Parts: sequence; C-alpha cells; structure tokens
Amino acid sequence: MSNVSKIGDRVHRKEDRRFLTGTGRYVDDLQLSRCTHAHFLRSPHAHARIKGIDTSKAAASAGVVAVFTGKDTADAKVGGLICGWVVKDKHGVPHKAPGHPAIALDTVRHVGDTVAMVIADTAANARDAADKIEVDYEVLPAIVDLTKALSAGAPQVHSDVPGNLCYDWELGDKAAVDAAFAKAAHVTKIDVVNNRLIPNAMEPRAAAAEYDRGTGNYTLHTTSQNPHVTRLVLSAFVLGIPEHKLRVIAPDVGGGFGSKIFIYAEETLCVWAAGKVGRSIKWTADRSESFMTDAHGRDHVTHAEIAMDKDGKFTGFRIDTIANMGAYLSTFATAVPTYLYGTLLAGQYTTPAIHVNVRAAFTHTTPVDAYRGAGRPEATYLVESIVSKAAREIGVDPAELRKRNFIAPTAFPYQTPVALTYDSGNYVPIIDEAMKLSDYAGFGARQSAAKAKGKLRGIGISSYIEACGLAPSAVVGSLGAGVGQWESAQLRFNPTGNVQVLTGSHSHGQGHETTFAQIVSDKLGVPMDQIEVVHGDTSQVPFGMGTYGSRSLAVGGSAIMKAADKIIAKGKKIAAHLMEAAEADIVFENGTFKVSGTDKNVPLAQAVFAAYVPHNYPIDKVEPGMDENAFYDPSNFTYPSGTQICEVEIDPDTGVVEIVHFVAVDDFGNIVNPMVVEGQVHGGIAQGVGQALMEAAAYDNATGQLLSGSYMDYTMPRADDLPSFTLGYKTTPCPHNPLGVKGCGEAGAIAAPAAVMNAVRDALAQVGAQDRIEMPATPQRVWAAINAR
Amino acid sequence: MSTSVDVTLSVNGERVARRVEARRHLVDFLRLDLGLTGTHTGCEHGVCGACTVRVDGVIVRGCLVLAASLDGATVETIEGLTESGEIADLQTAFVERNAAQCGFCTPAMLLTAADLLSAAARDGAVPSREAIREHIAGNYCRCTGYHAIVDAIETVATARAGKGRS
Repeated sequence: MSNVSKIGDRVHRKEDRRFLTGTGRYVDDLQLSRCTHAHFLRSPHAHARIKGIDTSKAAASAGVVAVFTGKDTADAKVGGLICGWVVKDKHGVPHKAPGHPAIALDTVRHVGDTVAMVIADTAANARDAADKIEVDYEVLPAIVDLTKALSAGAPQVHSDVPGNLCYDWELGDKAAVDAAFAKAAHVTKIDVVNNRLIPNAMEPRAAAAEYDRGTGNYTLHTTSQNPHVTRLVLSAFVLGIPEHKLRVIAPDVGGGFGSKIFIYAEETLCVWAAGKVGRSIKWTADRSESFMTDAHGRDHVTHAEIAMDKDGKFTGFRIDTIANMGAYLSTFATAVPTYLYGTLLAGQYTTPAIHVNVRAAFTHTTPVDAYRGAGRPEATYLVESIVSKAAREIGVDPAELRKRNFIAPTAFPYQTPVALTYDSGNYVPIIDEAMKLSDYAGFGARQSAAKAKGKLRGIGISSYIEACGLAPSAVVGSLGAGVGQWESAQLRFNPTGNVQVLTGSHSHGQGHETTFAQIVSDKLGVPMDQIEVVHGDTSQVPFGMGTYGSRSLAVGGSAIMKAADKIIAKGKKIAAHLMEAAEADIVFENGTFKVSGTDKNVPLAQAVFAAYVPHNYPIDKVEPGMDENAFYDPSNFTYPSGTQICEVEIDPDTGVVEIVHFVAVDDFGNIVNPMVVEGQVHGGIAQGVGQALMEAAAYDNATGQLLSGSYMDYTMPRADDLPSFTLGYKTTPCPHNPLGVKGCGEAGAIAAPAAVMNAVRDALAQVGAQDRIEMPATPQRVWAAINAR
Repeated sequence: MSTSVDVTLSVNGERVARRVEARRHLVDFLRLDLGLTGTHTGCEHGVCGACTVRVDGVIVRGCLVLAASLDGATVETIEGLTESGEIADLQTAFVERNAAQCGFCTPAMLLTAADLLSAAARDGAVPSREAIREHIAGNYCRCTGYHAIVDAIETVATARAGKGRS
C-alpha cells in the first residue's frame, strides 16, 4: 500500500525522528575544520561615550586570532544594519533612521550593545581575552521609560533624532471620529500597557561562517527564519559581498517566534571577520546575550476611547499609542506598530470611524521588533479590553455586545475604516461554539460556588482578527516595505519518481516537512515517503521570503500548488503522446493521467520517467525533465479569526491567578494537518498566557539596566503553570488562495492576553479592582490591586 | 592556566578516558569532546533543562556538572537511550501526539519524562496529569504549550501500567 496522504489528515511528522533521537542538526552542532570562535564584548551601560578602547592585552591573550572594534569595521566600510520598511509620518516624511553600526563606534546605546569582537581558537579563550579589553566609558544619562521618552528634557538616544521621535504616524478619519464622539450615547475610556516581552526561542541565536580563499565564496550557517532575506540584506546593504558569492544555510532552527527574522550584528560580523582572518568562525549566544540582544516584542502604552450609540453599537474609536523602538531600528521594527497594528483596530466589528495615532520612540533599550503576532496582539489586546470594559459600563453581557457589533457574514469582502479589506469570515458561530465549549451559561453558578470558598472567579472573552499571509507585494510596497512578499516553490522530480519540494518558507518547529509534503501527496498522488521537503539553503532553493506572519502555508503552500499545476500540465502533454490521445482528453486523477471515458492510463511516475528518458517523447512540444518552478504573490492578506474564552480563579489572599478552563475556537480556513494546527494553537496560547500573567522585560529607570536578564528573573510558563486547552474550529475557506487556508501560527498569542486579562478583570470586579491591573497580572500585582486603598 | 584532570567514565555504555579542563561542563564535554550533540545548551545556568542527561541513574543538568567530577560515573544521553530502546514507546507517543515542534528541548524532555515513567513503574502507579506537569516543570518548552507532551507521557504511563498488570 502506498502512503498517499490527503489534505486534512492527521499525518505524523516526518521531521520528528531526528528531533526525538538527538540527531537534529542545529547551527551549534556543526563541527567545522580549523574553526575559530567569536566572543562579543558588550556594553555594561545603557548609555555611555566610549572615550577609548585598549585591546592590546586581549590581542596578546592565549589563543587569540584577532580583535576588532568599531574603528576596524568603520575603516573596512562595513555598512550599518538596516531597517527594511520605510514608514512615512502624518506629513509624508520618512521615519528617522539613525545609524546602527554592527560594532558601536563612539557611543553605546543599550546594555548589551556590541563594543568589540574577539576571535580565538576556543570559545573559552575568546571570552577570557574579552575580559582583558579595557574600555574607558563616560557614562551618560539614559532613558528607558517609554512614557517619558518623548518628554522635553529626556536624554537623547541619537543626536540626529530630536526628542527621540522616530515617527508620528496616523491612520483613519479623525474628523469622522470626532463627529461620532460628539453624538455618542456612551463613551468608554481605557489606558493599557502592552508589556515588553523577550521571545526566548529555546535555541539561542548562532552563526558559523566559512570563507573559501580559493573561490572567494562565503557560507553562513545561521539561525534564521528567512535565509534568502539574510543573504540579500548582507549582500546589498551591509557587507557588499555579491549575492552569488554568499550562501546562507538555516538548518534545523530551534524556534524563532519572529526573533530570528532579523539581521543582527553578530551574524554579520562573523561573515565579515571570516573573510578577514581567512578561517571559519563560530558564535553561539549564551542566554544572557539572548536576553540583551534578541529583538524584544510589544512595548506599547496606549490611551483609547470608544463611542457607542444608545443600543451599544460602536460608532467611533480613537487610539493614541506610544511604541518603543529601542535604541536602534531592527529590520522590520517600523512596520509593527503601524501597518501590523493600526490596520487591525477594527477587530471583528463594524465600527464605522476609527482614528489611530502612533508615536514611535527611541529609548536606551534593546531594539524592539516583530514577536509572534507582531502588532496584532497589541491591537487585539486593546480592542478586546475596551469592548469588555464597555460592556461592563453599559450593563450588557460582553458576548452579547460583541455579537451586536460583529461584521455580518454577508458583508464580506468587508472594507474597514483602517485600510484592510477582510476577505471572509463568520463570527457568530465561532463565539457561540466557544460559549458552548466553555459552558458560558453555567458560569454564574461556578462564580457563586467559588465565592462561597472565598475565591474570585472571572470569565473573559477575546474575539480576534488578524491579517496574515503577508502579502500582496504591490500593497506592502506602497506602504513602505523594501521587499516583495511572494513565495517560491520548486518541484524537482527524479527519474525514479520521487520528488524534492524546494520551498522558500523555513520551518523552525512548524512541521513544513510534513504539511508541505501532504499538499504534494494529495495533489499529485505521490506517496509521502517519496517526497522530501527542502528548505533553508540559498544554494538549493531558488529564492524565498521566509517564514513570519503566519504566511508559510497561505503563500508558500500556494506556490507549491502552482508548481504542482505546472507538473500536471506538462505531464498531460507527455501522457497524451504516450497514449496517442488528444491532450484535451487527458484528465489527472489520483496520481494517474487517463484518457477520459477509456481505461487507458499513464501513472505520473511513468510520465516522469519518460521525461528523463525521452526515447518515445513529444520532444517537439515539451522539453525533457520534470522540474517546475512557481512564484506566488497573494492577491490579499488572509484573515483568520476566532474567539477565546478563559476562566480564572483568583485566591485573594495570595493574588495567585489559576486558569481553570481555556477554550479557543478558530477559523483558519481549510486545515491541512489538524494535529500540527493544534500544536500551533497550544503554543500560541501558552505565549499569550505568559504575556498576561508572567512575562515582562523590566528595565531599571535609574540605570537602564535590564533587570529581567536571565531565566531567574524573566518568568516563562512552565508545564505546571498552564492548563490543558479545549479547541474548536469553524471554517470559512480563504476565497483567494488555491488551498483556501488562512494561517494559524500566531492566533493563540494574539488572542490570549485579552482573554486572560478580561477574565482577571471580571474576577476583580467583584471587589471593585478591575481597573487597577496591568499585564503581567502577577500574584503581587493582583494582591496589590485587591488591597489598594 | 587552567588545570586539567584525567577522567574515565562510561558514556552510553562505552568506556571513555579523557583529559578535561577543570572548567569543562558535562554538556560541553558531551557536545564538543565526544560529538554527542543530541544534548543541547539552552541557558547555562541550570534553569531551562535543555541539557538534561542521566548520571548514575539520576537526571542532572549537564550545564551544572563539571566533567572533571565524573571519574567512574555512568552517563547516559538521548543517543544512548535511543540505542538501547528504553524510550522507544515514549518516542513513538511523542510522534503520535506531535509533542515535539522545533525539537530543541525534546531530547531533554524525553529524559525527564523517562525519569518520571521509571519512578511510576517502581511505584506501580499511573501519574496524574498534574503530577506529569509538575515533574516536567524543570524543562522549558517554548513551542508546544506542554499540552501534547503531557498527553504523550500520560499515554505511555497508562500503556506501561497495563502491560505491567497483564
């Protein structure tokens, strides 16, 4: 029996065997010959002038091959790190883009900023030598408090960015919003902080760079979600190595969550220095470096107001947000609090007038960029928090208020007042299913029972929308993106009938080697064990835009479908020739070409063989070989939606929040592998719960030190902090991609913070403390909220 | 500068004699000196659990143990447990339940799960989901949200208990 899989099957993952037997190949597992090791000396100060650096003792230290400072990279004309998305402010002026040298020149701007690079024969010798570098710092005042970063008199992060303002951006019709508020029957106001998070993929970032003196070729093995983009940026902007002389390989990568999209100083420097010293160089971040230098996520402070008519219909929504950029602009930092945030503020609702103003600020902190959800969790947290608050204020059940304002299923495609056109959705059945699975109707009794035990029980709803599948290239280009956002695929059959699927998407936990093989198996009838998915190597895969924004299946999977269509089209010509039939009479079913209405057939494998051994072949009509390439550029974003309902119980004596039930019902469009999707939802919820209850990147306002710089200080959810989750699905297929899929990677993290916090607020409302709590709702904060006077 | 120490130990059933730097951690010894890269380094301060291995039958953090202290010890890693077949059912359950995503924490998670399962077998009991969660709470996973891992371990514990009774 052949093991042909269908779309929708719970196929076990092909990649699991190596992960479960310790034979995965991550960057740090590579053993390169004559390899040297890099260590980076980092700034201990948030803001300081470098008055002098003495590297002589380090250079003379045991095993040291080279020591480089900012002067060396500047002399070598190493370009600064770039931000690839130009956001224009409300006056049409591009954002401020201060210099971002890979090694600081004369000023350090956050704790962990790179000051020097030491290369030695072992990692330990490099570290020992770095300790011998003497840096003469003049410590300067630092600003890490976002709420004060734009105030007059705040310490300046960059001399060419007055007032620390990167941009002042707006979206929506302000006059229409003002008019709506003038007529409002009720206005609900809210202030929310979206706490700064540290992504913390379990595999730290790593780089292993090789330089071949004979050919002048460079190879970078790195922990990347998008190796082709890394190559493009390093070639075109930073190092000037021609693209065809640089190969970037992202092998097994241990989680990313956005943090491995970006092009960082360390990977860049390893490539450059490999050429300088003529030897391979390896670097793996230790966890402290991960905390200090992986791009952080979120970090917004927002005031918002929503206007309603007498029936509780939303009529206007105004939002004022300050977003933290950190000390420098990371690769896509500018887009996150604008086009990935402001455009999502309609949520699932018909609010006709929305205006959002976002000011992005520089601070003396680690750069902030996309982290799982990227802008959409911030939007959802705000929208869903204010909707639940409004429901409480006007005395309407929060589920009922949502339903009253949902976009109707007949209204799609739906143009929101904040630029997006939602393609499809049907929100009421989703919330109804979530209410059923959470026994929403029975909550009152459970709350009373908890009260009798002295506990505070609360229930919270979060109905999210997200824009995924980035994206129509022309649209993102018009909004400032520096790249196209199509995806490529190649189906390369071998003469014996098996096939390599080369994809520009990158898998770092998402299971593409299985789901992408499933698509090919379903579409072409090729057994699963005859399909190999290849990704993560610029020398093998034609090109790729990589994995982020839940785009891999919707865009990368669609490219695979297009390539498969080309295989079928070519196979029909070959089969027609072999069966002496007209091409128009050939149909392709279950992996076989048939002459319709007859029992004549040619299996795909036979057509493939004929293509490589073209003895009896329509050589005048088609080329030999069976190897098809496709690029897919989506015509719209995809719009996954869903509702999560969280139920919590708070012990008022300790402030501990226990999640007693968590339900998520999602519309991801069609589902290729339900098992993999479940895993994505679980993991996303875990990160969202982490944000709501535990995680916060904390800086000391006086010194700018990162206080949460280790796992002893930064609290990620452990197995005993989380419940098991109840999941459900409703499906409205995406109308504009060939798979009908929408993407599932970020939904959990987007919706969960509001679900949890609405539940916490609902519980605290019993003691009047619902407006005194911010994320993360730690026991200390919850206890303080309950006991505030 | 640093002192080196001669050690002889058993790693996955093989006798290994090496001169190691005094500061060499067990996880670096396994990865760099022996090429056993199935054990991963996640935080170097004993909190994430990614470097969990078994020393003399007990699971330890490979980043908190010095190789120099292991003269005469018996060390087992994911490679050894795979080879012996000891955790074959657990590995199968992880596949069936999609309990691994990026795979980085997975080998250590399997060692920790195996530790719980052996303790459960000694006690003749199937651990509750809460007990499973508590036991693996020393191993961070950022991908799965733990739900599928708990399912997989529970499945194996139940199956092994069933076999034990028959």
